[in-house]
Amino acid sequence: MKRKKLRRAEDLFFTWVMRACLMTAAVVLGLILFVIFWRGIGALSWEMVSQPPSGGFYLSQGGGGVFHAIVGSLYLAAGATLLASLIAVPVVLYIHVYSPNGRLANNLRLALDIMWGIPSIVYGAFGFALMIYLGMRASLLAGIITLALVVLPILARTFDEVVSMAPRHLHETTFSLGSTRLEFLGVLLRQTVPGLLTAVLLAFGRGIGDAASVLFTAGFTNNMPEGLLRPVASLPLAVFFQLGTPFPEVQARAYASALILTVIILTISILAQLSISRLGRHVIR
Amino acid sequence: MEATPDTTIRPLPAKKIAASRLSRWRWFKDAGARTMLGATAVIICLLIVVITAALTARSWPILSAYPLAELLTGQVWQPMRGLFGFAPFIAGSVAVTLVAMAFAVVPAVFSGMYLAEYTSSRTRSALKPLIDLLVGIPSVVYGLWGVLFIVPLVRDHIGPLSDRTLGQFFPFFARTNPSGYGLLAAGFVLAVMVFPLIVAVTEEVLRSIPREMRETLLALGATRWETTRCIMRRAALSGTLAAIVLGFSRAFGETLAVMMLIGNTPRIPSSLFDAAYSLPALIANNYGEIMSVPLYESALMGAALLLLIVVLGFNVMARLVIMRLTKRS
Repeated sequence: MKRKKLRRAEDLFFTWVMRACLMTAAVVLGLILFVIFWRGIGALSWEMVSQPPSGGFYLSQGGGGVFHAIVGSLYLAAGATLLASLIAVPVVLYIHVYSPNGRLANNLRLALDIMWGIPSIVYGAFGFALMIYLGMRASLLAGIITLALVVLPILARTFDEVVSMAPRHLHETTFSLGSTRLEFLGVLLRQTVPGLLTAVLLAFGRGIGDAASVLFTAGFTNNMPEGLLRPVASLPLAVFFQLGTPFPEVQARAYASALILTVIILTISILAQLSISRLGRHVIR
Repeated sequence: MEATPDTTIRPLPAKKIAASRLSRWRWFKDAGARTMLGATAVIICLLIVVITAALTARSWPILSAYPLAELLTGQVWQPMRGLFGFAPFIAGSVAVTLVAMAFAVVPAVFSGMYLAEYTSSRTRSALKPLIDLLVGIPSVVYGLWGVLFIVPLVRDHIGPLSDRTLGQFFPFFARTNPSGYGLLAAGFVLAVMVFPLIVAVTEEVLRSIPREMRETLLALGATRWETTRCIMRRAALSGTLAAIVLGFSRAFGETLAVMMLIGNTPRIPSSLFDAAYSLPALIANNYGEIMSVPLYESALMGAALLLLIVVLGFNVMARLVIMRLTKRS
């Protein structure tokens, strides 16, 4: 009898330990958001969001904002996501249509999982090596290419999960109508578009937040993005550089920039959540 | 043994489809797409090799100028004088990662167990955004949070407290650095960053364990915790270890947040409060000046190569273990 009580107590104890762990994580997340919002909101102004920096921005007397970095980050992330999805989407559909559970499919999944684990600073160094080899300078294009390498595995693996949840009878029905595999690939794409959107949003969010890969490759500038072959500013690096100055006014701008970045990321996460629940309604299950 | 009949569903054989002219065009498109997409898939698989090769090529000048042992164990980093010792950076990276793992592993594994074994699908979908948001927050925001919150906390409260109590007996807990920037602050923030990864992989591994195992244990009268513990020990141990290894390698390569918090002092740390310097921070901090000093660029590429090799080694091991585990189900 006593032993039974002990076992039940042990069971209860560990359940609460696990809950406490998750609750701690939730509290930490809350703390992060609270600190970023609380410190950022004070320095946030319409000027911060809508204007590029004017002269002396980093010396505390200049005005202006980080509009150039917001636009730059959006360009970088959008370009990288587009490039990565142009490569990843056909290839992921390919491994499902042409070699389900084949050797190539398994190798590709393994390679993508490993690529997911490679730190973005290594991609940055690789991009830099590539730039030297091609004689390029730090530019939007180089940043996009490097960032595409960072988000490619995220996009591909997320999309892969979505495609593997497509119903099996879709497969059977399409082939029984006499279609080729390529035509089935089109059918499968239409079935998985909502999931693709989720994967794209996820990759986009990661692309906006990543700084280490664009540090060497996209450079940094105080001007608005001027073209594919010109350096471009990005929001994470703007936060980093503003924080690195010794002036409290400029550091306050870093808090505001971080708040802008966090709001963008939160918006994208919410959109991704919504895209899962809303767009999935029209899919054959 | 009788061969199982092949039940895979395939389209009609190409010959039959190619009967009419229109069909021949369809067949041709199909074959073309197959070749091109297959080639792209192979290229993606080879990308890791290409990255390794490119970094090796760029770091070759320094690898051939100095013996490897000297680079890895050298304590002095003075590129102007031609001294490239990576030891302080390797030690800093390993130390900060170990601190992060000390904070992250137990809560993350427990959380993963809870998500996999204890939650209904509704509770789980309520908890999922927590993990997703922690993954989504950019590194620089974590770094800023560390600067604004953790560093003052370490400087004003944890540091003095630790120095008064444990620091009296163990030099490891002595407060050697009053600024607050150092291993503890960087390690804690890093722990929050790798937490969701370990949770997600642990959960995935546990979910791949067959349901019958749980049912059997519960039917034998085991409590829920006993069931979970038994599954952890007998079936999911290797997968959980793989999750931890993945977390380790993620923490090892994290750049910006660590760079903002670790203090960037190139020496081998001996206390939890010491400032140190990590390998990714070394690369990121010095890229601006690499053109002026001979071999500097090559040395930084060597650092990136070292980082890549460590991370690749850990990742390949962990992923193979996870792949074997999840395929079985």
